[in-house]
Amino acid sequence: MTTIILFAPLIGAIICGFGWRVIGEQAGMVLTTGLLFLCALLSWIVFFSVDGPAQQIQIMRWMDSGSLVADWSIRLDRLTAIMLVVITTVSSLVHLYSFGYMAHDENFRPGEHYKARFFAYLSFFTFAMLALVTSNNLAQMFFGWEGVGVASYLLIGFYYRKESAGAAAMKAFIVNRVGDFGFALGIFALFFLVDSIQFDDIFAAAPEIAQMTIPFLWFDVNAAELTALLLFIGAMGKSAQLILHTWLPDAMEGPTPVSALIHAATMVTAGVFLVCRMSPLMEFAPGATAFVVVLSATTAFFAATVGLVQNDIKRVIAYSTCSQLGYMFVAAGVGMYSAAMFHLFTHAFFKAMLFLGAGSVIHGMHHEQDMRNYGGLRKKMPYTFWAMMIGTLAITGVGIPLTHIGFAGFLSKDAIIESAWGAGTGVGYYGFWMLVISAAFTSFYSWRLIFMTFFGEPRGDKHTHEHAHESGKVMLIPLGVLSLGAIFAGMIWYGSFFGHADQVARFYDIPLAEQHEAGEAHAEAEEGHAAGTPSEEAAEEHGEGVVAAAGQAGEGDLDQAGDALVETEGGHAEEGEHHVAFGGNPGDGALYFGPENHVLEDAHAAPIWVKVSPFVAMLLGLVVAWLFYIRDTSLPRSLASNQRHLHAFLYNKWYFDEVYNTLFVTPARGLGRFLWRRGDGTMIDGGINGLALGIVPFFSRLAGRAQSGYLFHYAFAMVIGVLILVTWTLIAGR
Amino acid sequence: MSADYATLLPEIFLAVYAMLALIACVYTGKDEVAPTLVWVTSAVFAAVAVWILLSEDGTRLAFDGMFIDDGFSRFAKVTILLSAAIVLLMSRTYMAARDLLRFEYPVLITLATVGMMVMVSAGDLIVLYMGLELQSLALYVVASLRRDSIRSTEAGLKYFVLGALSSGMLLYGASLTYGYAGTTSFEGIVLAAAAGQDIGIGLLLGLVFLLAGLAFKISAAPFHMWTPDVYEGSPTAITAFFATAPKVAAMALLARVTYGAFGSVVDDWQQITAFLAVISMFLGSIAAIGQTDIKRLMAYSSIAHMGFALVGLSAGTVQGVQSMLIYMAIYVTMNLGAFAFILSMEREGRHVTRIDGLSMLSRKEPLKAFALLILMFSLAGVPPLLGFFGKFATFAAAVDAGLWWLALLAGIASVIGAYYYLRIVFMMYFGSEDTPRIDGAMNMTHWLVLMGSAAIMVVGIVNLFGIEGAAASAALTLVP
Repeated sequence: MTTIILFAPLIGAIICGFGWRVIGEQAGMVLTTGLLFLCALLSWIVFFSVDGPAQQIQIMRWMDSGSLVADWSIRLDRLTAIMLVVITTVSSLVHLYSFGYMAHDENFRPGEHYKARFFAYLSFFTFAMLALVTSNNLAQMFFGWEGVGVASYLLIGFYYRKESAGAAAMKAFIVNRVGDFGFALGIFALFFLVDSIQFDDIFAAAPEIAQMTIPFLWFDVNAAELTALLLFIGAMGKSAQLILHTWLPDAMEGPTPVSALIHAATMVTAGVFLVCRMSPLMEFAPGATAFVVVLSATTAFFAATVGLVQNDIKRVIAYSTCSQLGYMFVAAGVGMYSAAMFHLFTHAFFKAMLFLGAGSVIHGMHHEQDMRNYGGLRKKMPYTFWAMMIGTLAITGVGIPLTHIGFAGFLSKDAIIESAWGAGTGVGYYGFWMLVISAAFTSFYSWRLIFMTFFGEPRGDKHTHEHAHESGKVMLIPLGVLSLGAIFAGMIWYGSFFGHADQVARFYDIPLAEQHEAGEAHAEAEEGHAAGTPSEEAAEEHGEGVVAAAGQAGEGDLDQAGDALVETEGGHAEEGEHHVAFGGNPGDGALYFGPENHVLEDAHAAPIWVKVSPFVAMLLGLVVAWLFYIRDTSLPRSLASNQRHLHAFLYNKWYFDEVYNTLFVTPARGLGRFLWRRGDGTMIDGGINGLALGIVPFFSRLAGRAQSGYLFHYAFAMVIGVLILVTWTLIAGR
Repeated sequence: MSADYATLLPEIFLAVYAMLALIACVYTGKDEVAPTLVWVTSAVFAAVAVWILLSEDGTRLAFDGMFIDDGFSRFAKVTILLSAAIVLLMSRTYMAARDLLRFEYPVLITLATVGMMVMVSAGDLIVLYMGLELQSLALYVVASLRRDSIRSTEAGLKYFVLGALSSGMLLYGASLTYGYAGTTSFEGIVLAAAAGQDIGIGLLLGLVFLLAGLAFKISAAPFHMWTPDVYEGSPTAITAFFATAPKVAAMALLARVTYGAFGSVVDDWQQITAFLAVISMFLGSIAAIGQTDIKRLMAYSSIAHMGFALVGLSAGTVQGVQSMLIYMAIYVTMNLGAFAFILSMEREGRHVTRIDGLSMLSRKEPLKAFALLILMFSLAGVPPLLGFFGKFATFAAAVDAGLWWLALLAGIASVIGAYYYLRIVFMMYFGSEDTPRIDGAMNMTHWLVLMGSAAIMVVGIVNLFGIEGAAASAALTLVP
């Protein structure tokens, strides 16, 4: 079944891409979309049925050279299943959405066929992404990694007549090269250390790697730290983390469905997936993970600040994506991989929806993307407005504090923020504060987007506003489906991703190491007992057991559980005793938590103010946005002119592009020009030309002149020849 | 005694055939039977080649070692006979159209071929000279076969005079060798020039003069001066013959002398052959660039190719001889194809040999142009065509023998040489429209040889038709 999921998009891409002239453009589009929906259906079946240890499905041997062995194969475990669901669901909806969005495009001349190409690219991307997440070795993963890079390149540059699109495509490709270099070095290092690129072998060897040192540049460094860091550099490129993030905003040059699929929901999360997949290795690299936390928390903060002042609707969402990816990496960095996957999962729904909603607005506004020219669109586009509203509620994290009721982002984002606190380390606290501040910013820019677009008076071109219209059904249906995910995904799967350790362990098939440190009397034991089964006894602890038990009892009686939590939390927050911990060896489950990793329990045991802080931040952002864009619309301008330097700093994205331009692009171009003009032009061409046009013809003429036709000249030449031979053999040869 | 004659039977048979044919033609229809005679002679050549191919393996000596019938000589003889047969077939229509198809022509070719067969089997300086002169005298005559053409007679005369000079050098070298070795047999010379000893100045001078005389025959620079003039002046069919069989014979003879007679003093002759190789490769490649006549161009091309073959020979190893034999076999095949095309170059019924006559041939004759393109690329040594593997074999032999500098120079020379081959291709595909172009049709024989040769260049890369193994076993019989 997984094999079908993996290859159906490829088949669709091939047929649609090469055969649309035969079967027709429309048929190609329907075919790819149909196959994707089939994939999505199968993926959900797989998601609900996957259980037990990772299944390996070998398709064929790919390379077999010495000890380097890699298969085309599928590794199916919980991690893969989550990604399958995310990818195929979003991809199929984006396919459907594209029917409407790509129907007319003024970037192409009338009569030009571009739709089949677009759908083929989308399907090819989906295949590459699936190959990435289903691989059971690093080589196949790298194949998928590069495959999605290619697809991303093709789709960013889809409007190939636009110069900016071509430049953005190239930028994305080149910046990713830097990250891929790190990733490739990481693979080489792992192969060097473990003599295998199979995940199973690497995971099993992770504890040994942690004991080894490896010479790198001119240092001897810990092997686990180094490989984890190199792999993270690859993830940084793909997931647009600070330093290597510059390509993501520019990638918005691509069509909006592409932004939704590739640059929000799936490809950019590949880095997060990589870090989670390599959790057995990451657990042994505390230095590298600390680096991950610091860098990604800074990214989250940076991107959120830049998002505050951008005016292009897609760029705001792009920076928001960059920021949210930072959240995921923080979770992965503090060792709460499950929370990272949780946010990845929910983020895919609401961010894809925001993008598709933005696409709907852009579509309805005749490809106007500047929010300053929007306003008052609520009535013109009611469905789009509500969809965007739901997306915003989700991303800003609206929910009822201290319960598990809320939009998807509320649960997953709060899980990350609590995890950062729960890490209990210096970098953890840094991450916590950065993320809380970012949450306020997130709320501000998200509401700013809503207010500027849908409220207030229509601004900009009157004509455009008159013709603004709601999008068709094919574009609204995907929005509707995604909004379901944005509302409910968090509440339904909270327990599995971030519930009690026991529940998380079952979800990911992680063995449990039960520590019967029967501590003091637990008042909540009875409660746990009442809701759960007797076997739960060992699992309970300071009230969290209630949640788990409630979750298990079925029917998601979340209210009750939440109430119980509030109750017990107050009373027993301080007495954390770990009765249940994750166990097993690296590679046993889909994720690996080291024996020292108590982040989950500590996060649950976080003080109330910690748990409430993101909600407060959200409210703060909402109020400020309301003040700025509804109450008194002159405020933003006056603030911007008061703080001109700060505004310019943020508006110009912290001047990253400018700095890179000076540091890398200009010198590289100078070097290229030098090598081209001087090296190639003067040295090589000049040398060859000099030889070919000067020296060789000279000798050629000389030889021609010697060939005089006179017999005595010829005889003379022969005699001279003999003379030379004799002289040489007699003198030099002796 | 009868065993001696049995060893020589193919040569005797051909010689008798030549004389009988001469007498028969004189008493019958003279030139009218010439076309038939060409066919018959070709068939006889092919039959003798098959006969030699099927004869027993092993080395047989005749007349106390004066005549050697071994794997090496058989390899060379088969190559010579087959190429001579094909050249004869190709020349039939060409010669007939120009009223040159005399009955002497096939007879003279037969005699030259007998001479070559004797050359490659020579085990003695006397036999060597006898075979060489038999070949040369016949060739002098065919070079000036077109008696009413000044250029043809001039070519014959030049060839004859310079050939006499080279024969003089060769004889001088032979007499010096005899004087200092006390014997004319190769076996004896090996003993006289025993390994590890100083061979003495007399023997060394003898060696140098012998090599100089032989270098003339393979037209290695600086003894090459006759080649362009003779190639241009002779009727094209004769040029095709000059470019193929005699080169193989002379090269084989050179290998016999160096490896057979002087096999124990490799260091002494290696520097000479290497020197000849370098001069030939560079001179052939550079001088060809200025040529406008395709026959002169092929002359310089053959000079350069002899240089490449000498690179292999200079290695002084079994691998060296093997690579030389492979190279010569490939060279002959390529040249047959190229000359098949040149023979068919006509414009308004007249033979033209100017290169710019090929302009835009690809437009009119795409298949022929493509076949010629393959041959030119192969001659230039462009992979993956057969010509590349020939060069590769000789370069590899040189490198393995420690002569990496020679291989390096050969590489540079082949790059320079690529220019003029590519110029022909350029003419055919991108030339100007205005120049007078060839328009003649091609007859079947030429077409077959051209296409066959081009096809071999492509298909042959699979296993070189097994000549690699044959050349290896042939080389083993020469080098102990």
